[in-house]
Amino acid sequence: MAEKTRDILLKPILSNNPIALQILGICSALAVTSKLSVAFVMCIALTSVTAFSNLSISLIRNHIPSSIRIIVQMTIVASLVIVVDQFLRAYAYEISKQLSVFVGLIITNCIVMGRAEAYAMKNPPLPSFLDGIGNGLGYSAMLMTVGTVRELFGSGSLFGITILPLATNGGWYVPNGLLLLPPSAFFIIGGIVWALRSVRKEQIETPEYRLAPNTVAGAV
Amino acid sequence: MADNESIKKTLLVTLALCVVCSVVVSAATVMLRPLQEANQARDRKANILAAAGMLRAGVDVERQFDRVKTRLVDLDTGKFTDVMDPLGYDQRKASRDPALSEPVPREQDIAKIQRRVKYAQVYVVDGDDGAIDKVILPIKGYGLWSTLHGFIALERDLNTVAGIGFYEHAETPGLGGEVDNPVWKASWHGKHLYDADGKVVLKVIKGRADGSRPESAHQIDGLSGATLTSRGVQNLIQYWLGGQGFAPFLANLRAGEA
Repeated sequence: MAEKTRDILLKPILSNNPIALQILGICSALAVTSKLSVAFVMCIALTSVTAFSNLSISLIRNHIPSSIRIIVQMTIVASLVIVVDQFLRAYAYEISKQLSVFVGLIITNCIVMGRAEAYAMKNPPLPSFLDGIGNGLGYSAMLMTVGTVRELFGSGSLFGITILPLATNGGWYVPNGLLLLPPSAFFIIGGIVWALRSVRKEQIETPEYRLAPNTVAGAV
Repeated sequence: MADNESIKKTLLVTLALCVVCSVVVSAATVMLRPLQEANQARDRKANILAAAGMLRAGVDVERQFDRVKTRLVDLDTGKFTDVMDPLGYDQRKASRDPALSEPVPREQDIAKIQRRVKYAQVYVVDGDDGAIDKVILPIKGYGLWSTLHGFIALERDLNTVAGIGFYEHAETPGLGGEVDNPVWKASWHGKHLYDADGKVVLKVIKGRADGSRPESAHQIDGLSGATLTSRGVQNLIQYWLGGQGFAPFLANLRAGEA
């Protein structure tokens, strides 16, 4: 059991990462990673929503009629997201302003719904809760990695503390402006997916089809 | 459970879920609202103080704001007015309210604000001698992608800039977003808004202002790579400190007739 608990918690970080392997939840990974402090709060928000939605769905899983199970999951997730959003506005106002709509968009984050449908509907509450935390951690690991690269090379700081003094403020570092824009996260996530799959070959998907060799028109 | 799929069970589960969820959501909203409103008010006050360069870290914002008086100004007459409670007045809401604002004719609308409020909030800081020490004015206008909302603070001569700050905008990070750069904001300090005839002469120029020339007292270095944002800032300064904006009020205040 101990081994299993560890697996549920830690597997989603490297071997079954929701972003890198399952390619879920990319939207917010692009949007909120230009600053580490913002990404960090987003990670906490998503992890707690995933964990508690898994927990509550698992608690009532034997009573959910399958005809309305998606809408039941959706209602629970949406309620939790509203609660988290309200808490952030009350206790982390500055950061909640920067996260703006992205906390609300956790509702549509595929990781939350994906884990509810794939895991919490079939497993008891405690493992479901841990699975939620584990997947939240996997998401967080990815967000923090992307956030570190983007904030360090995009604004020369980490968690708002200057590491590379910027040329605009009298230092020497000319920041890479692309890294402050959402598309840069695509490159970084792509690079991480590539690196991860080079090391762990079992993560490479089998191609669904192969390109046919080039044919010359009229040769047949 | 076999009867999970029956209509009765489905309705029961739906109803129970809705009740539980709505109770949880309403409880969180109602219980946290006072904290949230306090946050918003504090944030606004911090922005006002920051624009005037008066914000001290580590000191309670509410206490620092005690020195600042909120007043309402009629933009047409340029005089203080008491038609409404200045603290309860929401200028953002008023700019969408037909009773409290009017459309700006296109040829005058250089800041692209579309509607101008009739009454504007201003913040007055009294000095130790009882005279006005600083005046902080709300400003807004369109940059490249977004409306920039901010404050500009004037020294007691009502001509010298004490500070500027934008608390809300969505300009390109690293380019137009550099309106938040502390070094750039500090470059506004001490610049003059008006010439001897009372015309707004402050300009955000392309490139760097040459400090050895006399006109540099009216010039702000443009933001590199952000021509349109710089132009937007220039236009909103022109508008809000010009005749359509606060110029009549500042003139009255200088003459002691506001």
